[in-house]
Amino acid sequence: MAGKKFQSAKRKRFINNSIVHVILAVLAAIWVFPILWVVLTSFRAEKGSYVSTFFPKAFTLDNYTKLFTDTTILNFPQMFMNTLFIAVCSCILATFYVLAVSYCLSRLKFKLRKPYMNMAMILGLFPGFMSMIAVYFILKALGMTEGNLIKLALILVYSGGAGLSFQIAKGFFDTVPVAVDEAALLDGCTRWQIFTKITLPLSKPIVIYTVLTSFMSPWLDFIFAKVICRANSDQYTIAIGLWKMLEKEYIDSWYTCFAAGAVLISIPIAALFLYMQRYYVDGLSGAVKG
Amino acid sequence: MGIFKKRVNDFPTPYTATKAIREGGLETKLSMLLMGFGNIVHGQVIKGLIYLAIEVAYIVFVVVNGAGFLSMLPSLGTVEQKEVWDEAQQIYVYTGGDQSILILLYGVATVFLTVLMFLAWRGALRSAYKAECLAKAKKHVNNFREDLKSLLHKNLHRLLMTPPVFFIFAFTVLPLIFMICMAFTNYSKIGSHLMLFDWVGLDNFKALFDSSSILGSTFWSVLGWTLIWAFFATFSNYIFGMIVSLLINRKGTRAKGFWRFCFVLSCAVPMFVSLLIMRTMLQPEGAINVLLRNLGLIASDASLPFFTDPTWARVTVIIVNIWVGVPYTLLQLTGVLQNIPAELYEAAKVDGANSIQIFTKITLPYMLYVTTPYLIVTFTGNVNNFNVIYLLSGGDPVTDLSSTAGKTDLLVTWLYKLTIDKQYYNIGAVIGILTFIILAAAALLTYRNTKSYKEEGGF
Repeated sequence: MAGKKFQSAKRKRFINNSIVHVILAVLAAIWVFPILWVVLTSFRAEKGSYVSTFFPKAFTLDNYTKLFTDTTILNFPQMFMNTLFIAVCSCILATFYVLAVSYCLSRLKFKLRKPYMNMAMILGLFPGFMSMIAVYFILKALGMTEGNLIKLALILVYSGGAGLSFQIAKGFFDTVPVAVDEAALLDGCTRWQIFTKITLPLSKPIVIYTVLTSFMSPWLDFIFAKVICRANSDQYTIAIGLWKMLEKEYIDSWYTCFAAGAVLISIPIAALFLYMQRYYVDGLSGAVKG
Repeated sequence: MGIFKKRVNDFPTPYTATKAIREGGLETKLSMLLMGFGNIVHGQVIKGLIYLAIEVAYIVFVVVNGAGFLSMLPSLGTVEQKEVWDEAQQIYVYTGGDQSILILLYGVATVFLTVLMFLAWRGALRSAYKAECLAKAKKHVNNFREDLKSLLHKNLHRLLMTPPVFFIFAFTVLPLIFMICMAFTNYSKIGSHLMLFDWVGLDNFKALFDSSSILGSTFWSVLGWTLIWAFFATFSNYIFGMIVSLLINRKGTRAKGFWRFCFVLSCAVPMFVSLLIMRTMLQPEGAINVLLRNLGLIASDASLPFFTDPTWARVTVIIVNIWVGVPYTLLQLTGVLQNIPAELYEAAKVDGANSIQIFTKITLPYMLYVTTPYLIVTFTGNVNNFNVIYLLSGGDPVTDLSSTAGKTDLLVTWLYKLTIDKQYYNIGAVIGILTFIILAAAALLTYRNTKSYKEEGGF
């Protein structure tokens, strides 16, 4: 009797497990399917965006070579270099801003600390690009919307607001024991030395996280770049380039190249992302707990 | 309640500007006119000279430009751009008229500089008074080198905070104020006020709230859809992400890492790329329709109206948003789910609860309790979710040709269309302000009841 009951429970569990696995398999297929499709499209030999078959009829590497050799209409290599340059510069600035602000808010007590945090919260509620057009006018008044100065303008725009996104790094600094700071103070360290020689080395994960996130944002942003670059096609970043490839006049000849470009920029970002995943989870669960 | 509690000054200092004016000596009082004078008298020559240089620079700026900018601010310029027939060259020549937008920008910037100048003036007074007091008490007055050194220790926050704050003010606060000013002007393509415009007070707000006009009715329908969208986008992701997370993390599931990898893979692809891909796939001739035709589920010449039928489009964007958002939710919720005490589940099982009861009675309440701040952030993020709508449907379909918004336009994408495409800058600014008010009200109401708010974080 007991054995029979045990058996039926076992069978029930087996059925349940099978159902769950089937559901998961279906869901995983749905989630992986578009990515698979892009990878397939990037190797597709037939041109054009609309095809009658789902799987390509012939495979080729031409799309990738075209991306780097056909620079007359859409100069992909140059866009790549533009984005890389902007990303490196704004990454350096933004990392400094974020770490400096988070450290101050976490460790130093000063009069404007609370007002600053309130200001950051209020500014965060405004639609991000409500000010975009105003930023454009300001940059134009400063003469930064022509030629190579556009790069400078984009660097300033991408790094400018970094001081407002301090929450995750601040949460991390809060977990570094204060006792270490106090000991160092007794030994005669200045606060600057504590910041650079003790807190930062102890906070490597969050430093890496900040560097990577600020490095990635110029690759992913497309709205600001589009508004600031306007028709200066030699200053385009990758994101605008990929967007352009899907516009009506280009889509027929560039669609498969778009897929190739998407795969190319996804690979490094996917690598960074998979590497960063644990910090992402840590930082957020920390934030949720408050 | 918290907002209105009396402010307690945690950082009392004997050296305030009012005290300096009331009780300071002659040299301190002279610093009111001649910034840095007090510092120079008490041996802080370099500091005093810097203050003096700031004052001179500001005065020169005001005399040369600033006064002009400020005097133009009330009228925003009057000289119209004109076409004049040039007899000698036989062509029409444009005379340079006033450009209101530049006048407004320079005016706002001048006001900004004046506020900064006032702060510097207060700082100068304070530091002069401090030097005076210290000298009177025969204490050591810091020289410039020591002042610089204190930046690395006692005043480290000044050194570290100044650059980020400067850029926040230059690229976030100044543009916002500038944009808010625009909401009270008639800077718009309507009536061709692109070069020269005036202050109109609250007219734009009235126009938007007047539900009998096209603009007004569009506003209300867009606002309604924005709230519906934010609600569904937030909770569909949340619940679906939680279910997937539970399925992966339950005891019997094998190869947990593999399943998680499948989902995370899609959020490793840049969001705008995956959204553009989804858009092309969902076109009438796109991959999804082709696949359905090949499978024989729809007729070979038929296609599902993903972005051409209003209801279909709305459901489509919400579903695609699930596709885009669930991996992120999964990442964030996994940690929280694992923190639910296992005793709760065991007790429920002993009491004979089935899995649906466990989910609705234990998991969901617990999760809601812990993740309320996260939900608020996601909700505000979804109200401002520009990327998904703009890249996916672009606000389409537009059913009413006279209105400027499509059926899936959110307030933010509508704002974008109005400012960038239509150049109705004033209406765009009003929408921005209203979005802010809605979000601020929602956030304040809910934040104030959460634990994390009470401990830290604001107000």
